[in-house]
Amino acid sequence: MDQSRIRNFSIIAHIDHGKSTLADRLLERTGAISERDMRSQLLDEMDLERERGITIKANAVRIDYDADSGETYELNIIDTPGHVDFSYEVSRSLAACEGALLLVDASQGIEAQTLANAYLAVESGLEIIPVINKIDLPAADPDRVAEEIAAVLGGSPDEAIRVSAKSGEGIDELLHAIVDRLPAPDGDPDGELRALVFDSYYDTYRGVVSLIRVVDGSITKGDAIRLMAHRHDLNADEIGVRRPAMEPTGGLEAGEVGYVITGVKDIDLIRVGDTVTWADVPSEDPLSGYAEPKPMVFSGLFPTDGDDFERLREALDKLRLNDSSLVYQAETSRALGFGFRAGFLGLLHMEIVRERLEREYDLDLVATAPSVQYIAHLTDGTDRNVQSPQDLPESGSLASIDEPYVKVMIITPSEYIGTVMELVQAKRGIMGEMTYLSPERVELHYEMPLAEIVFDFFDQLKSRTRGYASLDYEPSDYRPSDLVRVDILLNGQPVDAFSTIVHKDGAYSYGKAMVKKLRELIPRQLFDVPIQAAIGSRIISRETVKAKRKDVTAKCYGGDITRKRKLLERQKEGKKRMKMVGSVEVPQEAFVAALKINDE
Amino acid sequence: MSDRQADKSIARTLPARDPLLADAAHEWKSAYIHIPFCRRRCPYCDFAIVDESAVRSDHARYAEAVLAEIEMEEGIGRLDAVNVGGGTPSLIDPAHLADMLDALERRFAFAPDVERSLEINPEDWTVERADAWVAAGFDRISIGLQSLDDEVLGDLGRMHRASIIAEVVSEARAAGFRSINVDLIFGHPGEPAASWRSTVDRVMDLDVDHVSTYALTVEAGTELGRSVSDGAPAPDDDVQAERYEHFVAAASSRGIVAYEVSNHARDGHACRYNLSTWAHGEYLGFGLAAHDHRWGIRGRNHRRMDRYVEDIDAGRRPRLGTETLDRRDQERDRLMLGLRLAAGTPMTDTAEAFVRSEAGARFVDAGVIRIEGGRLVLSNPLVADAVAREALSVSASDC
Repeated sequence: MDQSRIRNFSIIAHIDHGKSTLADRLLERTGAISERDMRSQLLDEMDLERERGITIKANAVRIDYDADSGETYELNIIDTPGHVDFSYEVSRSLAACEGALLLVDASQGIEAQTLANAYLAVESGLEIIPVINKIDLPAADPDRVAEEIAAVLGGSPDEAIRVSAKSGEGIDELLHAIVDRLPAPDGDPDGELRALVFDSYYDTYRGVVSLIRVVDGSITKGDAIRLMAHRHDLNADEIGVRRPAMEPTGGLEAGEVGYVITGVKDIDLIRVGDTVTWADVPSEDPLSGYAEPKPMVFSGLFPTDGDDFERLREALDKLRLNDSSLVYQAETSRALGFGFRAGFLGLLHMEIVRERLEREYDLDLVATAPSVQYIAHLTDGTDRNVQSPQDLPESGSLASIDEPYVKVMIITPSEYIGTVMELVQAKRGIMGEMTYLSPERVELHYEMPLAEIVFDFFDQLKSRTRGYASLDYEPSDYRPSDLVRVDILLNGQPVDAFSTIVHKDGAYSYGKAMVKKLRELIPRQLFDVPIQAAIGSRIISRETVKAKRKDVTAKCYGGDITRKRKLLERQKEGKKRMKMVGSVEVPQEAFVAALKINDE
Repeated sequence: MSDRQADKSIARTLPARDPLLADAAHEWKSAYIHIPFCRRRCPYCDFAIVDESAVRSDHARYAEAVLAEIEMEEGIGRLDAVNVGGGTPSLIDPAHLADMLDALERRFAFAPDVERSLEINPEDWTVERADAWVAAGFDRISIGLQSLDDEVLGDLGRMHRASIIAEVVSEARAAGFRSINVDLIFGHPGEPAASWRSTVDRVMDLDVDHVSTYALTVEAGTELGRSVSDGAPAPDDDVQAERYEHFVAAASSRGIVAYEVSNHARDGHACRYNLSTWAHGEYLGFGLAAHDHRWGIRGRNHRRMDRYVEDIDAGRRPRLGTETLDRRDQERDRLMLGLRLAAGTPMTDTAEAFVRSEAGARFVDAGVIRIEGGRLVLSNPLVADAVAREALSVSASDC
């Protein structure tokens, strides 16, 4: 295909602003998929993505568009995740595009993460088409939203295309705009092959499938290819495009987007961000990749049944094939036994990994409360990374602790400024700039400890602003903080998995709230269970779960022993999600109780 | 072992909690006949019954079906105990009950000291009926007393008044019943502590040999279940525990001791049918939704009257299903059931494995179970299910 008739673009959107519906509609309008085969959210393949209405993995779909001019254009939609946790996936996707659709809900206006991603697209030199969706809804105010977009991104409010992805209104105008306004790729079709690997995933039947964007030259089935960073030669066994089903094409030319299968099983051989070139006539000059994602949040993952440790290891190994941002190492907890300390991009990523492990690998897991990575400066002059509260050195050998800070952007309706400021201050936030996007909406900037965000910040922000505020953050630096570790004792025994590092000023109220929450969560046992919070050897709070006095059914259902036995077995099954800590049965949700102590 | 088996009549004299009695009960054979008719369904009841406030039933036809079912049964040997329960057995003509006992005896024979027990509702009591029941052969009567507080009786949907009970009990004795039981239900959310204490005191003044105490249980699909899920107060476990403990203390001081979680008796009056069930003995079951257990098979009859009668008419056993137990299943059932007996359960391989398991050791440490005289004994009957739950899962994998 002549590059002048190729358009590669992403859709940048907030959750629920209609990205998947818009993609579905574009596929449908261009005949890529018949109405009969239409199922919604075509791009979101994972069950979890469909259920949660979010995109986790990047994806790429080619559609052919017959323009009014009589020319057929090749459009490649490169899907991007919308959540802050996956912003590195966004930068991957953007690197394969020349343009982006900035999709904004006509009643909601632009949200912080969307704006952050839009800035990212602008910085990457992409042409942006603002698209205002859901114009058919009664609460739609497209004029206001168009003004808002123009205010933050520049340009004229008239540039925004107004659509209803649901009804299809405006889709033709949007297709025109994509062809007219987005630039065509301009690589060298006759040069040496340079193609960017912007995603790789593992397919059980076919091995590693890599999504690539050819920048220069072309790639043909059977080519010997080289991964430039990895210096590894492979054979291009199959080349094709997704429509969205995989369709072999025999090759890809400059400007095109598609997939390549090389038969390798080891995803680490085809790293995302690497450049593919020919093995016999290699290019000298790799494309610029992007920074490796860094884990921000750490949590312990333990099988409820200790015998499942090996299965957990295998499951993590397999998950990593499709998620190179997941890192983990074996960890031992006195309370929970053998497990793993895993690093995640953020809370949503953590939740998703855990859910996939449980669902796709049939594991029953205990996840501990998330922690960030601290730097402990020891009295002997050395430093230590602390990813888990129990790794915090004893106060005697500890000189000081640094904690990670992030730059936070919050967009909120202006009526909530007061309550947002109050919340951020309570979370040790330092106020930065404040910009009015419009008289009704304001963009606030803060610097905050990441640990405060990792807890329940987002939920609280949402509830205080009736769901209207949105949040984005990026790492900034490490700063010294006055931190202590609060330990929790069950039955007089410290439970390492419950320990948390908190700021000294909040330690007492945290300990009190945590103990109270645990008393609610831990079911009554056959004996009293005291729960205590302690800093060092000082007990700061105590509650008791009173012993259960009765656990017996009255009678035997007229000789129906089978029913009695089945009832007991069912109840036992229900208890499986409990973890024995010493002699105390602790439900899984207790290990993340720290996240819920502010629930009303 | 052999002398115990040889002399089954020891039940007449042994203390209710005696391990010898529990082990003898394991060898007993018994039979249950279900009489499913009730004037109306009680709000907490999920048994298979026919609510006669909605449907008129043909008792004679049902009695014929039960007799036919008895004829189809191959039997398990001489019967040591027979229990006719319900439903409301006192609702049907005593002649039908007499026919049923006769049929059982003709078909399977009775041990010389066989226990023949009948459940009745107080509102059905007349001296004439009592004489007819005794003449039919019943030597034990179980009276659905439930409470001696009319308000609580009303809450429980029971139809009798508390004031008639003293007379019923003394007339029962006069009619010639060897052993008299009353059933009590405790822990209804509307039952004040004082009401229960008063019921217990007055029951102790009755001339009864046996008391069954049932904590009110909320079953799904019942009127009570629906009202609780609609927000009505549910019975409170702590309150029920207090009620139970109060009863046990009061009764034992009067010589009525708990030999099973819900059953309390004077020495020589432990219910043989009951004991046999909890000691994992064999029993036959006749009638709607009746259960049986013999030769390592548990069977259940149809719960629907039309199906039950249809099968009988076609000359088939009215089976809904069976469950075959292998040796390990048998052992774990025996352990699960035997833990409810005050005498405990023999230290079988399964019991041994349980005690050695992590969960079992925890219970031993916490004093919830103990090994005593070569038996595994539960120290606190109120947590029997907590122990049985663990015992079942241990024995399933470790034996």
